[in-house]
Amino acid sequence: MSSRTLNPRLIPGANTKAVRAMGALRVAAGAAVLVLSVAAWPSPLAAQAPPAPAPRFVVVLDAAHGGDDAGARFGNQPEKAYTLALSVRLRSLLMARGFAVVTTRESDANVDPDRRVEIANRATALACISLHAAESGSGVHLFTSSLAPAPASRFHTWQTAQAPWIVRSAALAGELNAALKNSGLTVTLGRTALPVLDSLMCPAVAVEVAPEQPAGGDAQAGDDPSYQAHVAEALAAALVEWRADGAGGRRP
Amino acid sequence: MIPRYQTILFIVLLAASAAMGVILWQLRVHAHERLLRGQDSAPTQAPAVTPAEQATLLVADDSSDSLSRQILSLPLPQNPEARSRALLGKLFDLYAASGAAHPVPGGAASVAQVFLVPIPDAGGKKIPGAAQLAVVNLTGTFASGHPSGIETESLTILSICATLNANLPRVTQVRFLVDGQPRATLAGHTDLTRTYVASDTVLVSDTAAPAGGARP
Repeated sequence: MSSRTLNPRLIPGANTKAVRAMGALRVAAGAAVLVLSVAAWPSPLAAQAPPAPAPRFVVVLDAAHGGDDAGARFGNQPEKAYTLALSVRLRSLLMARGFAVVTTRESDANVDPDRRVEIANRATALACISLHAAESGSGVHLFTSSLAPAPASRFHTWQTAQAPWIVRSAALAGELNAALKNSGLTVTLGRTALPVLDSLMCPAVAVEVAPEQPAGGDAQAGDDPSYQAHVAEALAAALVEWRADGAGGRRP
Repeated sequence: MIPRYQTILFIVLLAASAAMGVILWQLRVHAHERLLRGQDSAPTQAPAVTPAEQATLLVADDSSDSLSRQILSLPLPQNPEARSRALLGKLFDLYAASGAAHPVPGGAASVAQVFLVPIPDAGGKKIPGAAQLAVVNLTGTFASGHPSGIETESLTILSICATLNANLPRVTQVRFLVDGQPRATLAGHTDLTRTYVASDTVLVSDTAAPAGGARP
């Protein structure tokens, strides 16, 4: 295979830099074709090489609030403590199932909402879960961003970065909804304007845990450890299912 | 015989008592004048009694995570801004009542002002009769006393937007201020810096709300 560099002096009126660039492109294209040809050719060395490891499935867990920001009161503890405990429990369950987990906080620390988004967006995750807790309502509330869906483009404003991911986020919320309902929990789905959620560039859902108040049954305290374990197991099962479904890759 | 110094002391004390009596009398007269001036500045025109009208309130319900439609008969002012404030005041009174399905303290006093601003068209021109942006100025007491949580905060915001849109159809967008200043979130969760589309609620039939409901 051969390639020639065009001589700008042979082309009357040609821009010298442009012609040089075209020549360089042709050389690069030729090299790429050569590499592809070699890669496509069956080789005994390639057959013996170990298979490349599958790309790790990254999940971001955002334990909301922390530090000075206690959040809502949830049972006998502040929301920040509950979300951290749920994050730690869910991380253990997910890591045991082969997920790579990135958390936005590991202790009772102040983490700025923008910093949380930076951590999540750099992780190139296939699921981002923001964990919350509140006394109002019943069961588990799942929220996706209320931004209007927008086509993917090269640049997005910080506050509307979630817009191209809205459809994927709704699909993730559907997966979580199915798993939580299968485990016997009450689930409500909604859309909200949550600053962290609106800036995430991944399928993102805010999970708000409220005390379970079944109709005609005994209410279960929200901060009951067995209830928390129940919710965490259901969320982990949903993410396993999300991974099994292919999760749609890293494009919105 | 009374000593001379005691006589002088008595006369001085008597004079001081008389002077204090005169000063007190003058202070009383001044206070009375101030009171009369204050009464003069009070409105003398009796408030006009407006006939009761039907108003639609979209009332939040935490247990079903939805908005239910309530039609009430209320005396409402003709001025659109005062009308908006009265509607939201009634909505917040329902939330402040004991046993409310969406308990939020504060009541009608939680709405400081409502401003209605015409939304300019693409060319920046303000067209009379065009869609309006409602700027709702809430009190800091209301925001700090609002229960924290995504669901409860979202329902409050949505019920305000939907109530304004149901009664003043020209209001298509809503923005929020707290004590006249922008605020990041209502009570730690729901964004208060963005412009909300007032009609952006999905009406659903809900058994808990026979008159219809809306979900965020």
